[in-house]
Amino acid sequence: MAAIANLVAGGALIGSGAALLVLSSGRIAGVSGVVGNLLEGDVGPQCWRIPFLVGLLIPAIYLAALAAPVTHAGGVWWLAAAGLLVGFGTRLGSGCTSGHGVCGIANFSRRSLVATLVFMTVAMLTVFVVRHLS
Amino acid sequence: MTFSPRVLTNALLAGLLFGSGLVVSGMTDPQNVLAFLDVAGDWQPGLAIVMGTAIAVAAPAFAIVRRRGAALNDAPVTLANRAPVDRALLAGAAIFGIGWGMVGICPGPGLILAASGNAGAMVFVGALIAGSALAAFLQQRLPITTGDYKSP
Repeated sequence: MAAIANLVAGGALIGSGAALLVLSSGRIAGVSGVVGNLLEGDVGPQCWRIPFLVGLLIPAIYLAALAAPVTHAGGVWWLAAAGLLVGFGTRLGSGCTSGHGVCGIANFSRRSLVATLVFMTVAMLTVFVVRHLS
Repeated sequence: MTFSPRVLTNALLAGLLFGSGLVVSGMTDPQNVLAFLDVAGDWQPGLAIVMGTAIAVAAPAFAIVRRRGAALNDAPVTLANRAPVDRALLAGAAIFGIGWGMVGICPGPGLILAASGNAGAMVFVGALIAGSALAAFLQQRLPITTGDYKSP
């Protein structure tokens, strides 16, 4: 686990990003929504989704420079299956950890609170099955 | 379509803050996420601390915009999406949860990891895009009631 200072600072940065976006343009900083809409060619009012995505990806430079090995739980097919489920589920369920978990709950949305409790509980059950039952 | 340099700059900065937060907090490392989800193992509360802090910081901004009914540039905004919980929301969240639990990667960290050159994350993101397109395709052709995914 990262140091407590990193967790709090990181959380504050994420919250500031969501706050800045909703204050400046009234939009939700939901990554699955941004990706889903861009896939359909919907860049949003004044194209906001493109600069948001560019900004989101800039810190990847730091990760690339760090070159810390990222270990995955499983091989290529496992990753592909997980990606398929995450893409399908977030589209059907109207959001992911950022849109429902951070923005939705911060907006006191009951739908987002319910969605977050469901995906977190199911994810915990999945980890339990994968790590402790197999 | 109109372009406002201020809107574009703010969206870029918002994305930069958001992505930096994911990296600084260690949430782009799947092992940190899995450590939070593994309640029966060596459980780590990291993700809850990150999420709780982010919610606390963002909540006042949402309250301001919700009350004003507009962003600070006076663009009208409807944040009071109080649609009922429906089956699409529940099923979607559950399906997402399975995938998230399998690898400990959700869309934001997945995109950042893929952009950093991580081959595994590139596979994940490719499949994520396919899954998202498949859900959109089915929603258009099957009578699935759904909330507006554009504004959770």
